[in-house]
Amino acid sequence: MFYREAGDFSTTYAEDQQTFPIKFDRYRYYVVLFIAIVVVPFVINDYWANSLLLPFLIYAIAAIGLNILVGYCGQVSLGTGGFMAVGAYACYKFMTGVDIWWGGELLFRLPEFNIFFSVIMGGVMTALVGVLFGLPSLRIKGFYLAVATLAAQFFLVWLFNRVSWFYNYSASGQINAPERDLFGVLITGPSTEPWATYLFCLFFTIVCAVVARNLTRGASGRKWMAIRDMDIAAEIIGVNPLRAKLTAFAVSSFFVGISGALFFAVYLGAVEVGEAFGITKSFLVLFMIIIGGLGSIFGSFAGAAFLVLLPVVLKVVGVDWLGWPTDIVAHLQLVIVGGLIVMFLILEPHGLAQLWRVAKEKLRLWPFPH
Amino acid sequence: MPEQLAFTIEVFLNGLMAGVLYALVALGFVLIYKASGIFNYAQGVMALFAAMTLVGIQNGQVPFSHLINAIFGTEIHHFGWHVHSVLAIAFTVVVMIILAWAVQRFVFRHLVGQEPIILFMATIGLAYFLEGVADLMWGSEIKALDVCMSEGNCLPQGMNGWIDQTTFDVFGYGFFIDNLDIVASIVAALLVAGLVMFAQYTKQGRAMRAVADDHQAALSVGVSLNFIWILVWSLAGFVALVAGIMWGAKSGVQFSLSLIALKALPVLMLGGFTSIPGAIVGGLIIGVGEKLFEFLIGAPFLGGATENWFAYMLALLFLVFRPQGLFGEKIIERV
Amino acid sequence: MKMKLATWATAAMMAASPVMADLVFPSMSYRTGPFAAGGIPFADGYADYFTLLNERDGGIGGVKVSVPECETAYNTEKGVECYESLKSQNPLVLQPLSTGITYQIIPKSIVDDIPVHTMGYGRTSAKNGGVFSHIFNYPANYWDGASGVVNYLLEINNGDISGKKIALVYHNSAYGKEPIRTLEALAEKHGFELVTLAVDHPGQEQKSQWLQIRRERPDYVTMWGWGIMNQVAIQEAANIRFPMENFIGVWWAGAQHDVLPAGEAADGYKAITFHAVGDDYPVFDDIQKYVVDAGKAAGAGDQVGTVLYNRGVYAAMLAAEAAKDAQAATGNAEITGGDMRDAMEKLTITEERMAALGMPNFGPEFSVSCENHGGNGLVGVAQWDASAQEWNLISDFKQSDQDVITPLIAEDSAAFAAENNIEPRC
Repeated sequence: MFYREAGDFSTTYAEDQQTFPIKFDRYRYYVVLFIAIVVVPFVINDYWANSLLLPFLIYAIAAIGLNILVGYCGQVSLGTGGFMAVGAYACYKFMTGVDIWWGGELLFRLPEFNIFFSVIMGGVMTALVGVLFGLPSLRIKGFYLAVATLAAQFFLVWLFNRVSWFYNYSASGQINAPERDLFGVLITGPSTEPWATYLFCLFFTIVCAVVARNLTRGASGRKWMAIRDMDIAAEIIGVNPLRAKLTAFAVSSFFVGISGALFFAVYLGAVEVGEAFGITKSFLVLFMIIIGGLGSIFGSFAGAAFLVLLPVVLKVVGVDWLGWPTDIVAHLQLVIVGGLIVMFLILEPHGLAQLWRVAKEKLRLWPFPH
Repeated sequence: MPEQLAFTIEVFLNGLMAGVLYALVALGFVLIYKASGIFNYAQGVMALFAAMTLVGIQNGQVPFSHLINAIFGTEIHHFGWHVHSVLAIAFTVVVMIILAWAVQRFVFRHLVGQEPIILFMATIGLAYFLEGVADLMWGSEIKALDVCMSEGNCLPQGMNGWIDQTTFDVFGYGFFIDNLDIVASIVAALLVAGLVMFAQYTKQGRAMRAVADDHQAALSVGVSLNFIWILVWSLAGFVALVAGIMWGAKSGVQFSLSLIALKALPVLMLGGFTSIPGAIVGGLIIGVGEKLFEFLIGAPFLGGATENWFAYMLALLFLVFRPQGLFGEKIIERV
Repeated sequence: MKMKLATWATAAMMAASPVMADLVFPSMSYRTGPFAAGGIPFADGYADYFTLLNERDGGIGGVKVSVPECETAYNTEKGVECYESLKSQNPLVLQPLSTGITYQIIPKSIVDDIPVHTMGYGRTSAKNGGVFSHIFNYPANYWDGASGVVNYLLEINNGDISGKKIALVYHNSAYGKEPIRTLEALAEKHGFELVTLAVDHPGQEQKSQWLQIRRERPDYVTMWGWGIMNQVAIQEAANIRFPMENFIGVWWAGAQHDVLPAGEAADGYKAITFHAVGDDYPVFDDIQKYVVDAGKAAGAGDQVGTVLYNRGVYAAMLAAEAAKDAQAATGNAEITGGDMRDAMEKLTITEERMAALGMPNFGPEFSVSCENHGGNGLVGVAQWDASAQEWNLISDFKQSDQDVITPLIAEDSAAFAAENNIEPRC
């Protein structure tokens, strides 16, 4: 009934290989985009933006980034929190003008970057750091690598806490995003409009998703997947594991860095590294992609939605509607989220994305399944 | 003896002791990973859960009293009795066995044959779940842990005066060793000896090793996988209880106890995920390494608090040379 | 996907819409997570005092008080969600109870015109009300605390601590690093030697720090700790037989749950405080009578009189008094966050006023002004008595060293003003 393919003819290779080959699917995608870009900004308020949509969009970027590394290239990483911190601190330094010191003297100070380019620079710097910490992946594999990336996590957090250059020598050790605008519209700082911050993040999310989608189905994506499935076999058919693994680390870290920059500059506005980018963040993003589905861009969105929105919904239902004590709701929240994760895995071990695929398959035949 | 050297030796000894405590946590991971290939993220939470259950039973707390009070408007908190430690530990072991059975019955039986990352994910779900249940059952305030085998014969605290005195007489410098750490070392040694004996000389132990070697072959000679896995989870639960007691005696039983899992990860990585002696040796190396580094380089030159990342860096360094860990099985790759 | 999102968000919207016309004093509590043990008594005390006002006095100025609670778990992101959902209920004053959440709220509160009271935590330089118009941190801040520790040491050493060695054990975070600058300045002034030792979060393992203390042999140890770090540090101090009476914690490391796990060994441990300890005050009889016995207590009712419960009661009392002032100043029973801010800026707490509330000498006397949002910075010292299981105030509230602190505050707040283009109001 839905997803009817009858009448869908592909006459060119390009048409055959597009992301949404089924017409209905394609239109649904356009409608979602239309709602997200045109409708939502008019109805959004502070609560929607700051409590639900901004974290959802930003975590979705981080999840896409990590999914490239874990889901496509098979390199399990637990350094996401640390890489997000690199993005945030790089963004902060470029926003406020990077100062280079040598021997106790100020050599020069870069001009303050526009917020847009600061976020991009956050991504670029993180990509560099990511490549550096990706080097051990050439020797270490599987869960051993996961634990090795934890070294990056703990070291980076310690570094940003320790070296006061990163937080411009402020007394508190916190970084605060000063007010910055894009085309005269405030993007950071306290007086921003919810639609502006939302659209800013949405832009990055869409661009990242499209780029990721096209990278993963292109030559580099196929190389990553070959490495994931069996690196020795991949090497034999001519995939350079050094390049494949390091590009995966670079691209993944770039996305994670952007999400870290947005997380700091647009969403929170002030962060302290240990609290905001601690080990729990690394785990959280990893949980997102596993729940959402490894090796799936949609899965990254689904996983981010599941872990960002579900706790808020449970809180609203428990505390505001049912009027239960907050601590019991918070504990039940853990029980329910944990229970749901296990339940989903038993029903469908390959995450929400696979659930969605199965549902689509069913809808294609519905209501005549035979 | 020059003072700096004496200090260094002291730090070394204390590093060994700390390493034993790390190894206790790592042991639980190894048991489960070896037998079932599951990387059990919930091990730390299991330690918290076990310790909370122990204290709850000791103090005669009513489980889920918070929830019951909120729903029915009652005012119950305690049964009003106090259970002896030995009895309470026995009860807690029973609870951990029931938990092992439930985990096997409701979670992993449905996930047999799945990829490792999915099993890992399931343990994450389990960790969330257990954390919530533990808080709901016993409340989230800090509870003092006091384990006494008999009247006045409790888990010791404080400095060992005898060692202090003797070493002072010999070296002119009294070494500091915590009594609790000595107890922990003895307990850990007994635990490992017990586990090894169990694995070597009992029927179930041999079956367990058979399963660890090859599930399919073990199954075909009539070993019940289901039983072995319940057994392994029970053992891990028991190890978690011991780790929970040792760590909880220091800080009281509270949420942060579940974070000790993070201390065990570099140990695992260094010792290898599949080796019990690896967990012990890894624990000792990490314990000594991070303490010495903090003491000799971290605190004087780098501003301190280097232990967390140094443990991982050290493990990383080892891995670059031995990617399967010190005692891990050699990774053989075939195409 | 989008559909689900929309329905959920609508649900959130409905829940977040204001329904009450009461005076709203939200409680951003943390009853779960790694710091729950500290969060529960504070939240109980805060809620119970307002319940007492409702039950005994019929609210404040005849208007009922409501205390909507929002669980932050000491997590900044949850704090954002709480702030946004509480914002629409017209809160009179927010107590974020976390340094991370405070920093995040500081700029927003000015735009939204909601005063924020960060009592004994948060950004120290917010004391300069000219720059931080909506942030209040009376009656004392961390730098007062650091100075209070040194003053107390001066007091017991007859005014001379030159040549002594003082170690600071701190939580390796923004919070823990706060006192270092002040202590360095004070070390220069009084000629003592300062040793700093960082403990990484969460701090279950502090062997190397305490071994270093054994090596350095400081005369005194002071601690800026939080969460599990406190219990472990006190235990380790006992293990190395460091004399407990020379070990002084900050006010967040000086509650019952910090010392109880160490048992007898913690006897003599000291902590600075800015409010009274113990339950020997008339107000607690009223709380027992009107709140706990009536079954209206926020928690299990077993926390009454503990240090952090008292802190919650004290915070609630200061908020209620400011609300009364605001009602008197505007002549309306129903006040807004803006009115509340103006009243907080003129708040004066005297001994008579506290005595009239059944809390004689419960905290220091202080007054707030535009230049000074931080009160007078009076700090007392309490000591733990393990056999009686109670804290006792052993040094009354005394003035901290403003000569050292004032320039530091001016410097830090000027930096914030420059970064955010704020013109000091006064």
